[in-house]
Order: sequence, then structure tokens, then C-alpha cells
Amino acid sequence: MLDILKAPVLTFQEFIGLSARAMSGVVRKPYYWDDVFVQMDLIGVGSLPVVILTGFFSGAVMALQMSRALQTYGATSQVGQIVAITLVREMGPVLTALMVAGRNSSGMASELGSMKVTEQIDAMRALGTDPVMKLVKPRLIATAFVLPLLTVLADFLGLVGGWIVACSMLALTTGSQYWNTAWRALEYNDIAQGLLKPFVFAIVLSLVGCFYGMRASGGTQGVGRATTQAVVVASVWVVVLTFVIGRVFVTM
Amino acid sequence: MSGETLPCILSFEDVTFGFEDEPVLRNVTFSLRQGETLIVHGAAGSGKTVLLKIALGLLRASRGTVRVFGRDVTGLREHDWFDVRSRIGVLFQEGGLFDSLSIEDNVAYPLLNQPLLAAPQAEIDQRVRESLDFVELGHTLDKLPSELSGGMRRRVGIARAIVTQPALLLYDSPTAGLDPITANTIMALILKGRDVQRASTMIVTHRHQDGEILERYRYDEASAALRPAGAKGSPSFTRYMVLDQGRIAFIGSPAEFDLCADPLVARFASR
Repeated sequence: MLDILKAPVLTFQEFIGLSARAMSGVVRKPYYWDDVFVQMDLIGVGSLPVVILTGFFSGAVMALQMSRALQTYGATSQVGQIVAITLVREMGPVLTALMVAGRNSSGMASELGSMKVTEQIDAMRALGTDPVMKLVKPRLIATAFVLPLLTVLADFLGLVGGWIVACSMLALTTGSQYWNTAWRALEYNDIAQGLLKPFVFAIVLSLVGCFYGMRASGGTQGVGRATTQAVVVASVWVVVLTFVIGRVFVTM
Repeated sequence: MSGETLPCILSFEDVTFGFEDEPVLRNVTFSLRQGETLIVHGAAGSGKTVLLKIALGLLRASRGTVRVFGRDVTGLREHDWFDVRSRIGVLFQEGGLFDSLSIEDNVAYPLLNQPLLAAPQAEIDQRVRESLDFVELGHTLDKLPSELSGGMRRRVGIARAIVTQPALLLYDSPTAGLDPITANTIMALILKGRDVQRASTMIVTHRHQDGEILERYRYDEASAALRPAGAKGSPSFTRYMVLDQGRIAFIGSPAEFDLCADPLVARFASR
């Protein structure tokens, strides 16, 4: 039994070690700002198309599906409220994080994994650079800055998607009704939750991607394995953490 | 000055690395003196690369003491290793060149990132050019590593290793996967780097020819050519080491290496 647990416990311990070094590195020199901006471009600008499409259609689908249930109670006019709450609290942060996990955690794992198996990370250490400061920290800072912005964009576009469906397909809802109910439904608690989640997700996504990349071994097969593990683990962490954060806010 | 009285550049004292049930290195003890060349042979998985990585602080010994430039580095923190590493040049088996950087930036990397080696940009540019000219790749400054052949990438790796004029040079299988002609070119450059800079050199290799070149030749700066060791200037100061499953199976002079009756050692000698 203990032997089965040894490997995951060791992996988690190593992950915590890397996370601690990266997080403490955020307030220590050196800063590689060029790398931070390159990563912001890769993660932020690069993820725009997928985040725009996901946000827009998730709002549209939600309005479409919810309208059926609301019709039963004659409350189709409240569709804006439901779309707003669901998107801002849960769907926006989670879907955006999952998209970024699929696109960027995998990218980080494969890039760093390739560097690891070709001894570039060893070379970096041998030539006077701490790979955590040079590779992990810029990705952590960039993701923590960009993911909340992407989430806000996805939330907004989701509301637009819901509005278009509400106005064009649900006869009982007008545009002003939709926006009015959506706006009034949101509380500060929802906004705080909707911004805290992507920030926490960003930390986890970037650290998981970098962690699996930096421990890749076994040539190109090892890089592939690291990439898959990074996406799976990052995605699982996103859904677990959204529950934990949601639970904390519900009790507040 | 005899070899025994020269300062010790690198020493391993009873070093073990790995888990208790499966050590990769077992009770390894040796020393490398100033100007000496140590040629390390061994089968795949015998612990040769691990030996180099411990000497460079990339791996930490489980037991024993490692000294570099006379300093006990066994428990040194990563941050403190940077100063020690600034005096060590290394060529990795895979080259270790940074894909995203040009050849010029790759060679300049140690000069730009090691605080002890900080220099004005003009001096860095000049040293990078000299180093690339040394390996006859002065025309590749703006190229990316992916645009070069395997042999050229190794030569850039050598240029990067010697650009800091280190006191200790570590080479991990520098000729692995290369054709014999390119391999001999690489070895000639390593020999040239060793003798021009008078650095201590530890080289891990599978090929007995690599050891022979380092043992039997010296680079003569006056004629800019390789000469048989001892023919002009001081004789080569070389030792051989053979690793077997993490243990030192042999360590000694070239003459002892050639005469060793152990079949395992004989496999790596040119008999």
C-alpha cells in the first residue's frame, strides 16, 4: 500500500518544492521582463480566438438551454440573470482555464520538456542561470496577469452570446430586459469570485505545465508523456479548485 | 613540478550517488590535478555522465565529499554553485545549445549570465568571435543551432565551453554519434582548447581513439599544429579511468592502462 503511494507523494512534494521556489522568486531578482512579455503574448494574444469562441458559444448555449426550463415557469425574461451568474461565477473562469490548460500548460510542458531532454536546462544551470527564475517565473507572472483578463473577456462575450439568443430566439425576452436582469443579478461576491478563480487557476496551470516539463525524461516519448500529464493534471486541478473556492464563497 | 605536487582541481572522496538499493555511483575516489587530462571510459549506464554532473553540481552526491578548486562543494546551495561553475567549461552529450538563441548568443550566454564574468559588451563580442574562430565557425554568428550539422553544433558547444577560459573543462561524450572524420576534428579542437588554455580536462567517451589522441598528442601554438606528446614541450599528463556499474574498475597512467589484464579494461584499450 505504502509503495503505491510513494510515487504520487514524492511527485506532489517535488511540485510543492518547485512552486515554493517559483513563488518566492516572484519577489526576488533577477527579472526577465522580455520573457514575461513574450509569454503574455503567447498566452494572452495567442489564446484570444479560442477564448472568444468558447465564451460566446457557452453563453449562447446556456441561454438556449435555460430558456426551456424557464418557459415552464413563465420566467423566460430571467434568462439574463441565469446566464450572468453562471458565467461570471463558474463557467467563464472554468472554461477559460480549461482552454488555457489545453493550449498553454501543454505548450509549457512540451517546450520545457524538450529543453530538459536535450540538456538545455542543465546547460542553463551550468552557465549561470537558475531555470526556475528564467523559465518558470516568467510563465507564472504572465499567466497570472493574463488569465483573469481572458476570463473577463470570455464572461462579457458569453453575455453577448446569451443576449443574441435571448433576443433572436426567445420571443418573450427583450434586450433591455436581458441586460437589466443580468446586471442586477451580479453582486460583488460574484465579481470577486469570478476574478479570484482565474488568478488561482493561472498559478496552478503555469506551475503544473512547467513542473511536468522540467521533470520530463526519456527522449521524445517522455516529452509527449509530460505534455499529456500536464493537461490532465491541470484540468483536474481546475475543477477541484473551482469547487473549493465556490464552497468558501458560498459560506461567506 | 611533478604531477603529485600540482594543485588539486577536482576530487571525489568516497562518493556514492543514488538510492540505497540501486546506487549509480559507488564509493568513487579520484582526483584531477592542474593541467591533467582524465579520460573516463565505461559501458552505457556505468555512471560516467552522473560523475560529470556531480562535478558540475547538477546532481548532489548521496554520500562522500566533492571538492572543486579545493573547495568542499558537497552541500553547496544552488545559488552558491554559480560562482564555482563560472570557472568550469562544459560540453554536454546533446550539445545543450539553446534552440531559440543564435550561435552568437549561445556562445555569449555564460559571459552575459555569470556575474563573476561580467564584461563590457564590446569585450564580450570580441571573445565570442575569437572563440568561434577557434572552432572555425566564425561565419555562423547569426545562424540558429537547428541550421547547423551535428558536428558543427558540437564545435559551437566547445566554443561556448572555452569562451570563459575556464580552469576545468568537462566533456560528456563529445564524439558520440559522429562520423570518424568529424569525431577526429572535434577531438583536435578539444586538444587545442586544453593545451592553449592549459586547463584540466575530464572527458567521458566510448571511443578508445579519443583517449589516444588526448594522450599521444599536444597542440603546438607556434606551428599551430598537433605534435606527438613529448616531441616538443612537456609530455602529456594523462590518466585513464574505467567505470563499471558505478565503481572504478581501473584508474592509472596510459602505460598501466595498456598493460592492464582485466578484460573489462582491455575492451577500452586499443589492443
